[in-house]
Amino acid sequence: MISSWFKSGSPWIWLNAAAVSACLIMIVGVLGLIVVRGIGHFWPTQVTRFSYQEDNAQVKTLFAEIVDTSVTPAAAAKISGYKMADNEEALVQYQIKTGNRDVTGADFRWLQESNIKSQDQPADLMVVERREWGNFYGQLVAVKENSKTLASDGEAWSVAQTKIDEALTVYEEIAHLEKKEIGAINYSLEQLRLKGRSLELKDRLDETAKAAIENEKTELKKQYEQYQIQLRTLYQKIRSASLVAKTDSGAEVVIPVAKVVRIYQPNNMNLFQKIGHYFSKLGEFLTDDPREANTEGGIFPAIFGTIMMVLIMSLIVTPFGVIAAVYLREYAKQGFTTRLIRIAVNNLAGVPSVVYGVFGLGFFVYILGGNIDKLFYPESAPAPVYGTPGLLWASITLALLTLPVVIVATEEGLARIPKSIREGSLALGATKFETLWNTVLPMASPAIMTGMILAVARAAGEVAPLMMVGVVKLAPTLPLDGNMPFVHLDRKFMHLGFHIYDVGFQSPNVEAARPLVYATALLLVLVIIGLNLAAIVIRNNLREKYRALEG
Amino acid sequence: MTTEQTRTHAIDMNSILRGRDSASEQLEITIKIENLNLHYGQKQALHNVSMDIPKKRVTAYIGPSGCGKSTLLRCINRMNDLVDSAKIDGKILLDNENIYDKSVNVAALRRRVGMVFQKPNPFPKSIAENVAYGLRIQGINDKRTLDETIESALRGAALWDEVKDRLNDNALGLSGGQQQRLVIARAIAIEPEVLLLDEPASALDPISTLKIEELINELKEKYTIVIVTHNMQQAARVSDYTAFMYMGELIEIGNTSQLFTNPKKKQTEDYITGRYG
Repeated sequence: MISSWFKSGSPWIWLNAAAVSACLIMIVGVLGLIVVRGIGHFWPTQVTRFSYQEDNAQVKTLFAEIVDTSVTPAAAAKISGYKMADNEEALVQYQIKTGNRDVTGADFRWLQESNIKSQDQPADLMVVERREWGNFYGQLVAVKENSKTLASDGEAWSVAQTKIDEALTVYEEIAHLEKKEIGAINYSLEQLRLKGRSLELKDRLDETAKAAIENEKTELKKQYEQYQIQLRTLYQKIRSASLVAKTDSGAEVVIPVAKVVRIYQPNNMNLFQKIGHYFSKLGEFLTDDPREANTEGGIFPAIFGTIMMVLIMSLIVTPFGVIAAVYLREYAKQGFTTRLIRIAVNNLAGVPSVVYGVFGLGFFVYILGGNIDKLFYPESAPAPVYGTPGLLWASITLALLTLPVVIVATEEGLARIPKSIREGSLALGATKFETLWNTVLPMASPAIMTGMILAVARAAGEVAPLMMVGVVKLAPTLPLDGNMPFVHLDRKFMHLGFHIYDVGFQSPNVEAARPLVYATALLLVLVIIGLNLAAIVIRNNLREKYRALEG
Repeated sequence: MTTEQTRTHAIDMNSILRGRDSASEQLEITIKIENLNLHYGQKQALHNVSMDIPKKRVTAYIGPSGCGKSTLLRCINRMNDLVDSAKIDGKILLDNENIYDKSVNVAALRRRVGMVFQKPNPFPKSIAENVAYGLRIQGINDKRTLDETIESALRGAALWDEVKDRLNDNALGLSGGQQQRLVIARAIAIEPEVLLLDEPASALDPISTLKIEELINELKEKYTIVIVTHNMQQAARVSDYTAFMYMGELIEIGNTSQLFTNPKKKQTEDYITGRYG
C-alpha cells in the first residue's frame, strides 16, 4: 500500500505544494508585518489619562498613548521581582508613550495594570508635535503673544490653531530663504573662491581678475544682507507667539509656536478628522525632510537618493554588461579563456557585498577620485571633491556588484536568438556588427531588461557597501538642485535601506522610531516594486514586439 | 570514387551543359567551383567538388540527407565562414573572381549572392521593414526609393497582392508560405545576381510549395538560381540542370531531363529510382 502510494508520485506532489506554501507564507508574513505596522503608524492614537499608583504608594496622573501590552504568567513575574497579589494569574503591563522628554527625561515607560487606579480619555487632551524633544502631551491653558495673553481655556484651541498655521507659513518662507536663496549665494561664493584659487594656481590672478571676483563677491554679499534682514523680521514674527500648556503633573510649560509642527486632540476627533490627519502625516512622511535625528518627520531625501542612485547605477551597468556579454557570446573565440571568464563573472555575483564596498572605497574613491581631484580640481584642495564617498562612487560600486546579473541575463538572451535570424541578416549583406545592432540586440532586449530588473532589485536593497561609498545619515542637500551643474554626483546622499538601519538601531530614541522603521521598510519595498514594475512593463512591451520566434 | 574520376565528371558535365544549349545560344557560366574541399574539424564534408553553374538558369542539387548539398550551397556565399570548425580549400569563381580570396569583402559578396533558407526566417519587424532591411544596411533611407523597391520586390515574389494593405503589420503574422515568399522578396530587393535556395519549400504545405515553384520559374528570367532539394519531383519540375551528390562528392551533373531519364552513373540511377537515400 505504502509503496504504491510512493510510486504514484503523490508524496512528491505534496512536498512540492508544501515548499511553495512555505515560501508564500513567509513572503506574505513579512509583507503583512511591515504593511500593518508601517501603515498604522500615521493613525492618531487616543491619549489616555491614567491615575497610577507608583511603587511608593503615591498616586500620579499620567497622559499617555498605549503602545504595547505584555502579559507575563504570575510565576515568572514573581521570579523577576514583581509584587503580585495571590489571586492574580498573570502580570499585565502596558508600555505607554508619555512624551514630554524635556520635562521627564524619558518618553516611554511601563505600567503595571494592577496599579492603575482609573483611566479615561478626556476630550481636551492635546498632542503637540514639536521640532525638538518629541511629542508633548497635556492640556492647553492659554495662547500668548510676547507676554500678552491672547486667549485662554475655551477659546485657546482655535486661536492656537490659527497661530500655528501662521507660524508654519512663515517657517516655510524661512526654510525657502535659508535653503534655496542663501544656499545659492553660498554656493556662488564658494564657486568664486574656487575660481580665484584656480587662477592663482595658474598664475593668472592679475588685478583685473581679482577686482572682478571682488565685485561679484560684494554683490553677493549685498544680496545676502538683504536676505538676512528679511530673515530677521520673519524670525521675530515667528518667535512672538507661544502656547502655555499643563503637563500631567500639573506643571505649566511654555511651548514657542515656532517649535510646533502641529497640535491635535485625538480623543476629540471624528473619523473624517482622523483620516485627514492620517493623510497629512503620510504626506509629511513622503515629502518632508527628517527631524530629530531622523526619528520624526519625512524621508523624502532618502527616497530621492535611493531612486537616483538606482537610476544612475542602471545607466552604468546596462551598457557595460551588454557590451561585455556581446563580446563573450558573439566575438570571443569560445574556449578555455571564455569559460574561465564566465566562471569568474558568476563568482563575482557571490562575493559578499561589503567586499564591494571596501573595494569601492579603496579603488574608486581614493585612487580614482583622488586622481580626478588632483587633475581637475586642484583649486579645492585640500578639500576633496570626488576623492570622498559620493553618489557617483556608490552608483559605480553597485554597478560593479550587479554586473554579473546583467552579463548572464544578456548572454542567455543572445544565445536564444535563433541562428536562422542571424543568417538571414548576414545573407542580405549585413556585416556581423550590423546584424548585431539591427537584429540581434533588439531581439535580445527583453532579456537585457530582465537582467536590468534583477540588477535594480538587488541594488535598491543593498546597504552594506553603500555605507562605505557615499550614504550618510543626514545629507544637507539633495544631489539634484537648482545650482549649476544641477546634478551633483560628488555629493553624499541618503538611502532608504541605510535609513532603516540608522533609525532602527543607531538613533538615540529607538523606541519612538520603531514605527518609522516599519513605514520606511514598507516604502523601500514599494520603491523596489515600483522600479521593477516599470522595468517589467517595458520588457513585456518589447517581448510583445519581438515575440513568436520559437514557431 | 577517386579524385581523378571526380575531376573527369566535371569536365564531362561542362561539355554536357554546353552541348545542350549550343544549338540555341552560348551558355554563360556565372559560377565556377574548382576542386573544393571542406572539412568540419577532422571530418571531410566535401570531396574535391568541381562544377559550373550557368547564368540565369536553375541548377538543382539533389542527394540523400547529409550528402553535403547544403554545405556546398552555403560555400557559394561563404555562409560556412560562420562555422568555426569549417576549413575550405579550393576555389569558387564568381565572374572569374575567387570569392575565397583574402581581398574579398564578404558582405559585398553576399549582396551579390542572396540566400533563402529552409525555414522562413523573417525578422520580427514589419513586412515593409523586412524587405527594406538590405537597403537600409546599405545606407539607403530615402522613402520613395524604399517604397518603390518594397513594391517591386514584393511583386517579384508574388506576394504584393496579399500584403499590400498591411505592409506595416508584423511579418511574423504571415503564414509559412507567405513568410517564405517574403524572405525571397527580401533577398531580391537588393538585386543580387545569384539566388541560393536551401530547400525553400520543405517546411511548406503543397499549395505554398506550388507557389514557390512557380515563383522560381519566373525568377530565373533575372537571376541565376541554385536550389537544394531532397524532393526529386521538385528538382525535375523547376530545374534546368541537376547535380546529384552523395557522401560529399559530386557524382553526376547534367541537364535535368537527361539526368532523370538517362543517368550515366549507377549511383544516380539507384537514387532516382529509389533504391537508397
